[in-house]
Amino acid sequence: MQADIFVKKKRNSFLFLAVLAAVTFLAIIITEYDVVKGFTSLPNAIGWALANFYPTQESLAKLPDILDKMIETVLVSLAATTVAAVFAILFAILGSNTTRVNALFGSICRGVATVFRNIDVAAWAMILLFSFGQSTLTGYFALFFGSFGFLTRAFVESIDEVSGNSVEALRATGASYFSIISQSVLPSSTPQMISWILFMIETNIRSATLIGLLTGSGIGFTFNLYYKSLSYDVASLVVVVIIIVILGIEMISNYVRRVIL
Amino acid sequence: MTALLQVNNLTKQFGHDAKALSDVGFSVQEGEFVSIIGPSGAGKSTLLRCINRMVDATSGEIMFDGVNVLNLKKKELKKVRTKIGMIFQHYNLVNRLTVIENTLHGKLGCKSTLSGVLGLYNREEKEQAMHILGLLGLDDFIYKRADQLSGGQKQRVGISRALIQNPRMLLCDEPIASLDPNSAKVIMDYLKNISVNMGITVLVNLHQVDVALKYSDKIIGINGGQVVFIGAPKHMTRADIQRIYGSEAEDLIFDAGGIHAG
Repeated sequence: MQADIFVKKKRNSFLFLAVLAAVTFLAIIITEYDVVKGFTSLPNAIGWALANFYPTQESLAKLPDILDKMIETVLVSLAATTVAAVFAILFAILGSNTTRVNALFGSICRGVATVFRNIDVAAWAMILLFSFGQSTLTGYFALFFGSFGFLTRAFVESIDEVSGNSVEALRATGASYFSIISQSVLPSSTPQMISWILFMIETNIRSATLIGLLTGSGIGFTFNLYYKSLSYDVASLVVVVIIIVILGIEMISNYVRRVIL
Repeated sequence: MTALLQVNNLTKQFGHDAKALSDVGFSVQEGEFVSIIGPSGAGKSTLLRCINRMVDATSGEIMFDGVNVLNLKKKELKKVRTKIGMIFQHYNLVNRLTVIENTLHGKLGCKSTLSGVLGLYNREEKEQAMHILGLLGLDDFIYKRADQLSGGQKQRVGISRALIQNPRMLLCDEPIASLDPNSAKVIMDYLKNISVNMGITVLVNLHQVDVALKYSDKIIGINGGQVVFIGAPKHMTRADIQRIYGSEAEDLIFDAGGIHAG
């Protein structure tokens, strides 16, 4: 019997690999992708990047301008994430199986969050372009909606994971719903929630770069501007600034995580 | 002595045909120490949780202190719950809070929503918490976080949280199932002590027959959701144990020293 299980597992992984290979092969045929050419053109691409795509002395003159836009982008991401987090906590508490008020309302809350989560931020940006035009506000709302959906989902998981037991105990003492939330659910899940918020801020700064391309604001727009006007040196400086800022944010949030968890 | 708890014809059905409890009936006197034993899945936990309505029974009657718990509205139910302390196998503490905060949680049931939400406790309540923690030998751990404690210490915090409610009865769901023999004995001694000296009724779910025999005034044996034995430990025979645990009970490896040859 036991040997059968191992044979079965091997067959399953072989099957999985075979399907994966078949799908890849099919995709190559459909898109008429030339694998050999794809790889052989890589050196050329790298060569071009090395020849053109690096910051020069002159491009440094644009640095204050770039930093200005970068700060704007970081602030928009921060604002979108934190406000989204406030709404997400509410929806997560109402949507979690441990703390929901009733089953119907719980499903509605989770449903709303799922809709928001499954529409990509880029899609949100394009939808919102109709209402707000090319402005920072569009970018802000796009990030806000995306973060709200994702954070609600993450918070629901955190609440379900940490507080089920203590919620039961407090219910048994006759504590009221709001006391249970504030004395048991929030203290248990706050560290995880903060960790998710930090993760979301990092992600949003990355997305903000892309959203900026669409909404004509922030660092993404700056990059696009210089790139389209063939000022590759300045465009590369923008990339360098983005990388440094993201690394910095990541270091800060890792530090905060270490302290609180 | 009057019956503090009277359970009649209690039935709990999950889904369509799975009966967790069928026609369960027993009574518990004020101050009595009662153990409920039976195989895993026999319905012990469900029975305990039906009493304070953490699980809603399908039909029957549970009279606690003169009121039928099953008919209570939300607000009255909360009031009854403040009179019943509950202790869990996995302690169910808020791990990131301190021992004294966890203890004070037992007071939330009789607080207004606002002071409950803000966690405002008055001096008297804090002193009571200190006193109870002292009784359970936790003086040195009052400001420690719950996740820094050992299992036995956590369970003592669980007992403190229940005691600060000034309960009439304690419901203990497998209180020693996750503990080593030494800690288990300490916990059982505390529970027995509470029942004898404070006059609080204690209802314990147990896996260990020998522990039940040693500590209880009365034992309730459950199998397949039905009560198959009620009586004092000294009246329990081998045949009774066989009825509770099924035919394999012959080979049970517990110390059956306390059992009369039957």
